[in-house]
Amino acid sequence: MSAPQQRRLIFAHIDEPGYTNDLACYLKHGGYEVMKRAFTRKPEELIDEVKKSGLRGRGGAGFPCGVKWTLVDRKSGKPIYLIVNADESEPGTFKDRYIMHQDPHQLIEGTMISCFANNVKQAYIYIRGEMPHGARILEKAIQEARDANLVGKNILGSNYSCDIFVHRGAGAYICGEETGLIESLEGKRANPRIKPPYFPAVLGLYQCPTIVNNVETLCHVKLISDIGGEAYTRIGTPNNTGTRIFCVSGHVQKPGYYEFEAGKITMGQLLNDVCGGPLPGRTFKAVIPGGSSAKILRFGERFKGKRKVGAEMVDYDWGVEDVPMDFDSLGMIGTMGGSGGVIVMDDTVNMVEALANINAFYSHESCGQCTPCREGSLWMKKITTRMVHGEAREQDAALLKGVADQIPGRTICAFGEACSWPTQSFLAKFGDEFKGYAEAKKTAKPAEAAPLI
Amino acid sequence: MSTAPAKPADLVTVNIDGKEIAVPKGTNVIEAAKLVGVEIPHYCYHPKLTIVGNCRMCLIEMGMPAVDPATKTPIMDPATGKQKINWIPRPQIGCGTNASPGLHIRTNTPMVKDCREGVTEMLLINHPLDCPICDQAGECKLQEHSTAYGRGYSRFVEQKNVKPKRTVLGPRVTLDDERCILCSRCIRFSKEIAKDDVLGFIDRGSYSTLTCYPGKQLENNYSLNTVDICPVGALTSTDFRFKMRVWFLKQTPGIDPESSVGANTEVWSREGVIYRITPRRNDEVNDTWMTDSGRALYKQVKAADRLLAPSINGNSTGPDMALKAAADLLKAGSVAVVGSGRSTVEEQFLTRKLAEAVKTTAMLVSRVGQGDRLLLSSDRNPNVRGALVTGLISALPSQKLTGLAADIDAGKVKTILSVGEDLTAAGLTAAQLAKVSVIYLGTHQNATSAAAKVVIPTLTVFEKSGSFVNQQFRLQKFAKAVPGPTGVADDLVTLAELVAAAGGGIIPFNLGVLWTTIAAEIKSLAGLSHASLPATGQLIDAGAWAGLPFCEGETLHFKPAAVPAAAYA
Repeated sequence: MSAPQQRRLIFAHIDEPGYTNDLACYLKHGGYEVMKRAFTRKPEELIDEVKKSGLRGRGGAGFPCGVKWTLVDRKSGKPIYLIVNADESEPGTFKDRYIMHQDPHQLIEGTMISCFANNVKQAYIYIRGEMPHGARILEKAIQEARDANLVGKNILGSNYSCDIFVHRGAGAYICGEETGLIESLEGKRANPRIKPPYFPAVLGLYQCPTIVNNVETLCHVKLISDIGGEAYTRIGTPNNTGTRIFCVSGHVQKPGYYEFEAGKITMGQLLNDVCGGPLPGRTFKAVIPGGSSAKILRFGERFKGKRKVGAEMVDYDWGVEDVPMDFDSLGMIGTMGGSGGVIVMDDTVNMVEALANINAFYSHESCGQCTPCREGSLWMKKITTRMVHGEAREQDAALLKGVADQIPGRTICAFGEACSWPTQSFLAKFGDEFKGYAEAKKTAKPAEAAPLI
Repeated sequence: MSTAPAKPADLVTVNIDGKEIAVPKGTNVIEAAKLVGVEIPHYCYHPKLTIVGNCRMCLIEMGMPAVDPATKTPIMDPATGKQKINWIPRPQIGCGTNASPGLHIRTNTPMVKDCREGVTEMLLINHPLDCPICDQAGECKLQEHSTAYGRGYSRFVEQKNVKPKRTVLGPRVTLDDERCILCSRCIRFSKEIAKDDVLGFIDRGSYSTLTCYPGKQLENNYSLNTVDICPVGALTSTDFRFKMRVWFLKQTPGIDPESSVGANTEVWSREGVIYRITPRRNDEVNDTWMTDSGRALYKQVKAADRLLAPSINGNSTGPDMALKAAADLLKAGSVAVVGSGRSTVEEQFLTRKLAEAVKTTAMLVSRVGQGDRLLLSSDRNPNVRGALVTGLISALPSQKLTGLAADIDAGKVKTILSVGEDLTAAGLTAAQLAKVSVIYLGTHQNATSAAAKVVIPTLTVFEKSGSFVNQQFRLQKFAKAVPGPTGVADDLVTLAELVAAAGGGIIPFNLGVLWTTIAAEIKSLAGLSHASLPATGQLIDAGAWAGLPFCEGETLHFKPAAVPAAAYA
């Protein structure tokens, strides 16, 4: 079965020759028409459309956007804030930055529609500190929109006013966790908050109800507002509606970003047909399907079970290549769709060394609040670094698992899972490589293998 | 259900390890568990600070009674006949979980045990494990919980993190960053209680390091509270550091005599030597805090200028000779008595008897400073209200003894008996003192003791038992922590002997017996005794003095009837 065609809805104009990121170009392509139409409707109708659409957040967790909006406390009398989470920093993920760099007005339009739907008077775009270029583009784009009365006071002559500010992050992965982001936006250290009681929908930014949505999610909102929630559900598969953008990196012939209807393409189609398969003379060894914190999949393993197709339960027996790329299917086989960052590793990769790399990242990014994550992430890094650069012991595999098992579910935010799942899954799937690493180290590496960090 | 007794509306029943208890709604699980005798170990949680839930030591299993989502009817468990409990598969933090109706908590399951072992191991891997030289050893939560909830062995073979070992955070606090477990109690205290936001973490993850903001110091008058609440030996008192193992120290309840707040304290001593003073929890007065200045007061006990022997005209003498000389002066008449707002209630009662015996009314000197709105009030006498209650004075004192000065100049006063008050500080000149004979009862040398005809040494607040009445009219007692210097009699004995010598009759000087006299004579203290006074004190009827213009402004747990203009500078 050959791969379906890409369906570029969000990335419609990305890399389109002649398409520029200024307002004139956006307007020429029908920009802000959806917003104009949306502003003539009742806000509740727009929320209903989003609910009907079944849109799931594209930041990583896949939480239904409509439900998130419903949870917002609208009775408190406090202002409601909307924050665009543009702190895209999950390793392997590079979708939001293209939207911001090449099509910023799409994000602004989606943001304004979402603000209107939720009666938000002030929105913030929290952009990752390492993306100054994107921040400058957004600031320019917002100013253009403001000058054209598309953002700001009395938008398009209506009595609705809403402004957007761009806030640059301070350079930490944890700033992408929504409550950490809120703390950072308030000018504090980005320590995620405990939930309860600090659910953003009730006690978010400045203790006011707050919606935090991913860049891509808000672009989907614009799309939903355009075509309607009902029509949106016909894209993708049930419960995994719309399109998904996959950021494929690593050992494939054609890495890059690809937009497909959710669940309509399998991992094998994506990697072999779309991305051109493994590099010459190599074979795929493993793939992380949703950003580096997602659990790794080993080529050659089989996943069996029952799944719901329509109203029926049917058996499935999948290899990695057969897995449909949607939230539910990836969840069923013990990993996650996450942010869509697909990281491919071929047979030149030593898994101990790959994990050492991932652990170095997470230990560097733990905010340091919760004991298990703070100490565990660094401990795991120290173990894998020692294995790679010093003495590797046979018992390290069991030790690593023991440490990783003490972290997930015991921390304030999901970073506990993010930092321990790689270790847990690498050991579950490549345990032998860890046990035998002391021996493997003695054999020379292939010349083309990536240098160790 | 129908058989359950009716409960006040704000009480909810929770189940902790199978034990049911009714607690006020919203009580957090750590406190609720304490009530049924279940300890939930914790580091970052502190009852007087906000909840951050970062140490993860208090992880527990939580469940709620199951109800049918559609009909809202309880789902029963056929095995037990009781309502089924839906247990949350993830552990929850006890500190951040509040009591709600039907809440079920388990603290004794394998999952909870595993969580505690995990957190303990994680806390210890980068900890220096230098208990043998650590001041906190013996009162260290990490030490206690590691023993109780840890695995007892280490799997860590890597290099430990290296951090600064002796950072001077301020004039009184020294930090060992390697011991810090990053619970953030000190940061929250500085921000929330001391209102002096100077502490924060720099760096990330396991390399996070506690430090002061650039250009700032932890130098407020409450900085040592961070040392108290530090669950480990990271924040140490520069004064107490490396001086004494805590398990050798005896704890005696005290009262901070700095101001009319009357913060409850714990005086830690060994073999007659005080090593430190820490706050004693009293939720009605000082919560769990006290000032730094109050902690340094023990140094007056061993001060070089301490009065250690009676003297007459500057020459050391025996106690009997000094008493006789004083008695002669008192019997000669024209005596003025200057009592003290620093004396205990018992001493003030005897001072009043003394004044009555020499047919005068006592004066008092007020001390007014600047209130800090927390635990230091503008009245720097701990016991002015005691003087009112015991009838030593009937109006509020002023800072200067102008009336007495005029009387001396007019030749109406020949002898002044001062109980610990430096008369020159109260406005009398050296020339005026030279005109009269001064009997000085005091602890330390000053201009008055130098000018006095008779000096009888007395005890500091740490060397005697007694009670103070604080600004809330709360009668609070304290006990003798260390013995007084050799040859210095108890203040009650000295005063009772002077009363007898002045012809005021025999008054018991034993604290317990004296209180029967006090309780019989003073209406507002009727029925009370020193022995039966609760550790956290007892409010007495202050109606008789409600209209007086006291000088205190607002402090923790105290709101004055009207804020005096002079309360804060």
